[in-house]
Amino acid sequence: MKENLIWLQGGFFLGVVFLAAVWIIKPVGVSTEFVIVNGVVWNIFSPELITQNEGNEPAFSSTNAYLNSSGGKLAASVANPINYGIVFVLSMILGGFLSGLFSKKKLPDTDKISPTVWRERFGENTKKRFLLVFLSGFLVLFGARLADGCTSGHMMSGMMQTSLSGYLFAAGAFATAIPVATLFFKSKKR
Amino acid sequence: MNILLAIILGTAFGFALDRAKASNPQKIINMLRLKDFHLMKVILFAIGFSSLILFVLLSFNLIDPSHFSVKKSYPGVIIGGAILGIGFAIGGYCPGTSIVAAGRGRKDAIIFILGGLLGAFFYMLIFGMLKDTALFNPIAGGTVSIAETTNPKFTSLFNNLPSLVIAGPVALIFITVAFLLPNKTESD
Repeated sequence: MKENLIWLQGGFFLGVVFLAAVWIIKPVGVSTEFVIVNGVVWNIFSPELITQNEGNEPAFSSTNAYLNSSGGKLAASVANPINYGIVFVLSMILGGFLSGLFSKKKLPDTDKISPTVWRERFGENTKKRFLLVFLSGFLVLFGARLADGCTSGHMMSGMMQTSLSGYLFAAGAFATAIPVATLFFKSKKR
Repeated sequence: MNILLAIILGTAFGFALDRAKASNPQKIINMLRLKDFHLMKVILFAIGFSSLILFVLLSFNLIDPSHFSVKKSYPGVIIGGAILGIGFAIGGYCPGTSIVAAGRGRKDAIIFILGGLLGAFFYMLIFGMLKDTALFNPIAGGTVSIAETTNPKFTSLFNNLPSLVIAGPVALIFITVAFLLPNKTESD
């Protein structure tokens, strides 16, 4: 493939996966599974979190308002976590691993801590990167839960189906992401 | 069966995201700084292309409309998106790409995921206080798409027009913009 068409190859492959997911099962989504993992861990420490309602609707309820919302759908997934959604997301780890395994270019150790653009601006301090990337993860998943979807669920799956929510989400996300990235990574020189 | 499909599709999705360089925070950050449009081209093309085929399949009744999943529109979608955008810009990861990057061996992605678990947990704790606020008031009727999905659970802004008449041109705009954006890659 010609160097300047690599993006087309990537976009095509990604599009095929999105299409296959909707065609066979349902649209791709990721951020909900963070809630399920939290719920499973929480449920180990306090088993009263999830209640199974024998013969009644909803089948599962929770003392946590969020898990209990939308007819206890999340509570049901926490009670029986081994289902499509979580396996899909865990398999993505395998996908990333395999891509690396079959890649000619090995990832340099420094890139495993922070990208070049980060090191050029903030240096190689691992603690600083980890602290800020932890905070950024916190904001991203908090925001994704408030929005009820992330880049996969809203932006890609959503806009593919022409869902209005996908457009609203993309507008909100880029409205902050572009100025924040521009200012945060502004080089000291010049 | 579903579990097997999840493994196949999840692995393919992770592989595709990594090959598209979406799991590389360098690419995300420089896209957001408007310095490198590679990923933007990838995403726009992926959306446009998959959307076009999806609605063509729908027009020929080759896809089950119950597989559509149109999410609700409400102010929290925009505000949540804006909060996500801040973290996205600083860290260079979104939830999906951090998972893939962790598989690729990036340690900062693992820290991002841990932060994400805490952020999602914090939301679970405060949801009870938010749930009855205007944050969740439906916009334009809630679960609404622009083109008709023919799924009775969802409404559409153009419900009297054939889906493809709306979705087709929208998809072509995405694809056209993907081709028009400059290909300059200043960094890898």
